[in-house]
Amino acid sequence: MTEIRLETQALSRRFGALVAVQNIDFKLAAGARHALIGPNGAGKTTFVNLLTGVLPPTRGRVLLAGRDITAMAQAERVKLGIARTFQINRLFRGLSVLENVCIAVAERVGAARSMFYPAGKRTDVIDEAMALLQTLKLAEAARHRVSELPYGRQRLVELAITIALSPKVLLLDEPAAGVPSAESHIILDAIERLPEDIAVLIIEHDMDVVFRFARRVTVMVGGALFAEGTPREIESNPQVRDVYLGQAPYRAAHA
Amino acid sequence: MSVAASAAGGAAAAARIGNSAARALMRRHRLRWWEALPWLAGIAFYFAFPDYLSFGCDLVVTILFALSLDLALGYAGIITLGHAAFFGTGAYTVGMLASYNVWTEPITALLLAALAAALIGFLSGLVLLRTAGLTLLMLTLCTMALLEQAANMGHAYTGGFDGLPSLPIAAVFGVFEFNPLYADTQYLFALGVLFVCFVFVRTLVYSAFGQSLTGIRENILRMHAIGSPVRWRVLVCYTISAALAGIAGGLWAQTNAYVNLSALGLDRAATVLIVLILGGYGRLYGAFVGAVIYLALEHFLAQIYPTAWQLGLGLLLVLIALFARGGILGLGEVLWRRYGGKLSQRWRGGHTAP
Repeated sequence: MTEIRLETQALSRRFGALVAVQNIDFKLAAGARHALIGPNGAGKTTFVNLLTGVLPPTRGRVLLAGRDITAMAQAERVKLGIARTFQINRLFRGLSVLENVCIAVAERVGAARSMFYPAGKRTDVIDEAMALLQTLKLAEAARHRVSELPYGRQRLVELAITIALSPKVLLLDEPAAGVPSAESHIILDAIERLPEDIAVLIIEHDMDVVFRFARRVTVMVGGALFAEGTPREIESNPQVRDVYLGQAPYRAAHA
Repeated sequence: MSVAASAAGGAAAAARIGNSAARALMRRHRLRWWEALPWLAGIAFYFAFPDYLSFGCDLVVTILFALSLDLALGYAGIITLGHAAFFGTGAYTVGMLASYNVWTEPITALLLAALAAALIGFLSGLVLLRTAGLTLLMLTLCTMALLEQAANMGHAYTGGFDGLPSLPIAAVFGVFEFNPLYADTQYLFALGVLFVCFVFVRTLVYSAFGQSLTGIRENILRMHAIGSPVRWRVLVCYTISAALAGIAGGLWAQTNAYVNLSALGLDRAATVLIVLILGGYGRLYGAFVGAVIYLALEHFLAQIYPTAWQLGLGLLLVLIALFARGGILGLGEVLWRRYGGKLSQRWRGGHTAP
């Protein structure tokens, strides 16, 4: 039995009368490659926000490696190893690619607390950031401002920042969203090369991405878990086809 | 990512040395030759314009005040319209201690001013830094207004509207007396204080802490998401900024030998904001450029057109807002990027040609 990294118990979140997330029991094991799919408004992003501590749940618990982290703030959870990317890039747009990653590394190793030691002398931080950029094939772009990069590359920087945090659990919220299909392979390649041990949960609309990447798939509908299984099982599940996969026009619009 | 780091440790060091971005990052905190210029100019001013040394004091105080604001506004992105609250706190700390002959030694008095301003900054920051945008702007304004009214109403201690005149200030190091008629000691003292404060700010800005402040300015949500204690960082920055503003205020009181309500008003808070925007915020030297240009304009425009000199300043601000969002330094950077390379090439070419 593999180690369970992240677990939720009866996790729920209401916004007034709207139940965005309802009673979710979910487990993510070490090394998992798990996809979370579901139609728009199914509560996927709210679920991720509950996991990362951006939102407090109305009910239920979140456990990280067996430890109750429900009451913890976002920053504390990051220190314990939960990192995420956002549906829309959240980057330091005016800074260089290298500096974007350096800020994340400095935060993780605790360098960011030091007020009187030049950041430029922390070559350990810079080396680590450079090494990461190399594995993501971003080293050439290191000196560019993030705002000058094409969108696909920016998504890659977003990924680099989260990997720089050495996560145990990585939550990817539509990592390829908005990236032209000609560029999306660079994101997918990078995701496939993630260290094996990280537990990865990916929210994705693009079924090609899901079936290429995921070993397990969970379907969410109306805030609740709807089905879970291998990609093949999910694909052949007639009910899932009904609520989600069958929405051909939807997929076409997002292709 | 430790996996990648250990796998490519040696290669990474090579990559760092071979990569221009990494080199730029490693060099950024180093001193550049032109960084001596403001200080040389400051000393030259002392010898060249002995009749303008009280103007020089004003200039130095304004630079220091703008520098303190730059730390909060330019680096951490804290939008404030009440920074004079800390300037005033510093000024009144020095003023009241001197006026009642409690403490007149100038250097320690400035430290006390810094401490008092830092305390106000920390306490008000605890509350108001939970907000952002317009709310934050209004709350900083309110904090300042409250202090201003307190200073006005406590006239038994603060002198109220009239302020506290003829402050006795002890000699610097017990040797150099402040001469009320000729501001030479005051000027050099102020320049020295500015230098110490500037070295402090410069060190802070180029540290990893300073880098994280830039991160907060650029994208606060991302900073939360990488596990940064954003609230705490911003509060620390605000407190330091307040302390520096307090020193500026204290210095103002010392060099003028008086303190009055103008130390605390919206007028002063708005002026320092204009100075910083004029020079370019988030740039360290924006405070210097902005203060020099603002005070020079004030001086000369007021001579030409005493009743409406602010009209010229207003026009300049409109131009800056429209065409140079990074202030005068920002404009300089843009021009240098566009034409500087070519110029220096031509210049070098001319010299190396046989």
